[in-house]
Amino acid sequence: MNETVDAIGVCIEKGKVNKSSSYPIDLQGQDGADELTLQALTQNIAPDEILKTCNDAMQRIGDKFGRNEVFVPELLMAAKAMNTVMVHLKPFFQAGSIKTKGKFIIGTVSGDLHDIGKNLVSMVVEGNGWEVIDLGVDVKTAKFLKAISDNPNSFVGLSALLTTTMANMASTVKEIKMEYPKTTVIVGGAPLSEESAKIMGADGYAADPQSAVLFLNRKIA
Amino acid sequence: MRSITEMLITKNVLISDGAWGTFLHKRGLLPGECPELWNVTHKNDVFEIAKSYIDAGADLILTNSFGGSPIKLKHYGLEDRAHELNEAAAKISREAAGEYKLVLGSIGPTGVILMLGEVSEESLFNGFQIQANALEKGGVDAICIETMTAIDEACIAIRAVKSVCDLEIVCTFTFDRMLNGSYKTMMGVSPSEMVVAVKEAGASIIGANCGNGFNNMIEIVREIRTIDKTTPILIHANAGKPILENGITVFPETPEMMVNKVDELINCGANIIGGCCGTTPNHIKALVEKIRN
Repeated sequence: MNETVDAIGVCIEKGKVNKSSSYPIDLQGQDGADELTLQALTQNIAPDEILKTCNDAMQRIGDKFGRNEVFVPELLMAAKAMNTVMVHLKPFFQAGSIKTKGKFIIGTVSGDLHDIGKNLVSMVVEGNGWEVIDLGVDVKTAKFLKAISDNPNSFVGLSALLTTTMANMASTVKEIKMEYPKTTVIVGGAPLSEESAKIMGADGYAADPQSAVLFLNRKIA
Repeated sequence: MRSITEMLITKNVLISDGAWGTFLHKRGLLPGECPELWNVTHKNDVFEIAKSYIDAGADLILTNSFGGSPIKLKHYGLEDRAHELNEAAAKISREAAGEYKLVLGSIGPTGVILMLGEVSEESLFNGFQIQANALEKGGVDAICIETMTAIDEACIAIRAVKSVCDLEIVCTFTFDRMLNGSYKTMMGVSPSEMVVAVKEAGASIIGANCGNGFNNMIEIVREIRTIDKTTPILIHANAGKPILENGITVFPETPEMMVNKVDELINCGANIIGGCCGTTPNHIKALVEKIRN
């Protein structure tokens, strides 16, 4: 394994975006994911090798989050570092030399304007190698249905923070399942539980972002 | 001006109010509608919620201004009406509370994460100043900065309030139970870390709200009391984690269940007790009957 690639992995796991970013304190002044990815590409390291290292690093930080060893700030910073790498890798995705695992449509359900949880899941899933189509907040059922129709074979994730929008989530799940019975729908958010996910008719419940990743990866295994 | 700490000298335990958000939805607020706008468009509904808690026997009630920061109101294009909506919220609760009950002006989190750099500390600070100013003008006795998860945002809110008024400041965080049984906010803050930071910033009453029910709150109060024996603690607990029944969200903890645990909560060191999501005037009434007898 190449030293530069290893260092990129460390930057992802620790949330070191670029040289000028002050987070984390112990990496201050050093090159971040941004600079190191450019260096690796200049050294002609295969983009899929870089991507694999980043996916593994995101998986490690996601696992730590699931074990309550790190929290939202650490996860967000890791995802931010990952995004920087993805900017440099984008041309290779477009040229088809590296591929995503599949498409994941995500949004916060109708009536709910909260986006922290949805963004976390979105970033962690993307960091694991999926193409994420983020529909934003307060997403009406029709918008989910259109996105599914535009992106056949995609997976869907619904988020809610408010106890009062859980009912909207349930009706969105129902309508998606009526129109696209084969589409996999997972749900998550503070008021949710395995039990309420089941009652809604969702295929899965993700208590945290990494659970969503594990669920999706199992579906394509 | 009435003070919570003074009132705590004559009454050992104060009883606060219950849910506002879930109550507003019961009265017809649709998901996606701005709750604070109801302070001018559905003044009577908001007043009746406030009054129902006073009638239940609460010593203090909050205001319908939880999402009243300009950053939150911007979702609805109402950021320029922050002062008006917060002042209206305070006036409604003041009218319901009368002269002798206390009104705490509610300030909730903005929903932005400072370390991501999307908004500046200054814009957060200015927004909280507008809220505090308007709430004071509307007649509140204290400010309650609640449902916080990040130290930085909570302390900016406290400092902003202090910069515009001399009102007592309550600050509560929302903690989740971790796999190892400890408690942390989603940002990784423990009850002990919260206590140190918010007291230093200027809060004189501390505590926890929302969460997943009364049992967790007992453990959180215990942790706070291991490092702070004297600062009054306010607890607003959810009526448990909601479940879906026939398409309707139901909260599992009944007034009886809350009442059964309230002695333990008081014995652990809680001083002001009320409810959060899913609690009703019936929960507050039951608490009043239990504690006052």
